[in-house]
Amino acid sequence: MALLEIQGVTKKFGELVACDRVSFEVEKGQIVGLIGPNGAGKTTLFNCVSGLYPVTAGRICFDGTEITGLPSHRIARMGAVRTFQVVRPLKDMTVFDNVLVGAFIHGAGGAGARDTADACIRMCGLADFADKSSGDLPIGVKKRLELARALATKPKLLMLDEVMAGLTVTEVKTALELIRRIRQNGVTLLIVEHIMEAIMPIADKVVVLDGGIKIAEGPPVQISNDERVISAYLGAKFSRRMQARKGEGANG
Amino acid sequence: MNQTAQTRKNLFWLALVGLLALLPAVPAVTANSFLMHVLILILLYAGMAQAWNIIGGYGGQTSFGHAVFFGIGAYGAGMAVVTYGLSPWPGVIIGMLAAAVVAVLISYPCFKLSGHYFAIATFAIVEIFNRVFLVWYWVGGALGLDYPIVEEGLKNLMWYDTKTGYYYCALFLFALIFGIVRLIESHRFGYYLRAVRAGQETAESLGVNSTAVKLGAMALSAALAALCGAFFVQYNLRVDPGMVMSLDMSMKFVLVTILGGAGTLAGPLLGAAVLVPLQEYTRALWGGLGGGVDLIIFGFLIIVIVVKQPAGITGIAREMARRFGRKPSAEKGGASLGAA
Repeated sequence: MALLEIQGVTKKFGELVACDRVSFEVEKGQIVGLIGPNGAGKTTLFNCVSGLYPVTAGRICFDGTEITGLPSHRIARMGAVRTFQVVRPLKDMTVFDNVLVGAFIHGAGGAGARDTADACIRMCGLADFADKSSGDLPIGVKKRLELARALATKPKLLMLDEVMAGLTVTEVKTALELIRRIRQNGVTLLIVEHIMEAIMPIADKVVVLDGGIKIAEGPPVQISNDERVISAYLGAKFSRRMQARKGEGANG
Repeated sequence: MNQTAQTRKNLFWLALVGLLALLPAVPAVTANSFLMHVLILILLYAGMAQAWNIIGGYGGQTSFGHAVFFGIGAYGAGMAVVTYGLSPWPGVIIGMLAAAVVAVLISYPCFKLSGHYFAIATFAIVEIFNRVFLVWYWVGGALGLDYPIVEEGLKNLMWYDTKTGYYYCALFLFALIFGIVRLIESHRFGYYLRAVRAGQETAESLGVNSTAVKLGAMALSAALAALCGAFFVQYNLRVDPGMVMSLDMSMKFVLVTILGGAGTLAGPLLGAAVLVPLQEYTRALWGGLGGGVDLIIFGFLIIVIVVKQPAGITGIAREMARRFGRKPSAEKGGASLGAA
């Protein structure tokens, strides 16, 4: 049984259908990429899964339990935790305290939560910023803070909404390294990402949305050759580049 | 904040309470009973503001309804003594519980409103309670409750000759409420409360049940406000709806905290230390003008604070600490003044 099952999820805002009968599964231990042009409904789908929006129709099951309609905090406590595309640091609180809020999910036990927060901060390379106020940080650091805070909850499924957007090339590399390590620790990942060079090499499966509809699903190689995906999103140039790179064995 | 800074902060507050406990030993204080009166009110207002600070400061939910909880506490003690001829203590307990229950019942629908709408809804509730108590025969109606003369002492929470007993009660109240808030500050509940203030959806995404956190904070805040109300009625030996359940009283909870610095431990004390002497001495000096001089000055101060330094007196203290050099230790100097 898959860790996350999305079955026919539809979300309407008035007459606008942001997600239209989207179905796919995320298997335990996988990295699944969710891609698509702007306005394809990726973030809307995230908001539905994480309980921020009620769905119009469809079912979402996590870890064998239906979570459709549950409040966000219940879903987070079950182990499905997300980050926000537009970073949302808890202002007036230090970076450490931000991460500590995430770590407190497993009980008030002071030292345990502090150790977890400490470990996540070091893992995400935030040690130098731990005592800084989270409101005034550069964007790259804020993105890492989003990640560290979600990690501190020790999730089963981590849903990352464009954590690499706006980062420099070096920062993207560090982030990819980090994501691989998170997977090695047994965390399943669902990642919304615009940077194809980043998501394609690490994903086990890619789901493509366009205009709220799932237009393709499959391994990255298959997706980058899919006619519909190329015309809707990737463009012929990127597809050729992926082809060229395939020879070098980009999946390592 | 690291462990040593935490410990230093605790020591600072313990020392302050210790110092205040010794104050009645100074003859000048005891003999000048007006000064004693001012000190008692500072401690009481600091306690009230700190109770409000739990939900209004740390939780970021601006409640103008705290006069209702304050009033319920006052009526709890008052009715135990006047209506039922008991010691005020059972009334204090029942008043605190009743205030917590009323707070939860009122807040549950109000928390569905956010920002200004929450504040406006709580405004209306004060007026509703005020009118109900004015016409409610059982609680004494518009005439209020006047205390009979009973034996003085801790059992009846009443003293006639000297204010020293009241002073120590007020100091206990102050230490209790500040202690509770200090505990919350470093506990998970305090972190959750601040997380909800900073971003409710974000907090929810991290597993924080924001409704439960806000209701819990509101209930605690209301119960402590009720405790202050009970002390207030014991000090004044009478209560009527206008004295306790008025917007004027609600404003004091809010303004003292904001003047001092909302969401900080020291803020309520600093705010009370400025407002109460202002209120009491202007009343004593210019009472003949019809009152209200203190409110004019206070209103002016609030405007200056809101425009110049929204973080209140604690914000000013932090700013000064930063400006006058001593970089890392200056931060801590500000912190020991209560900037959390």
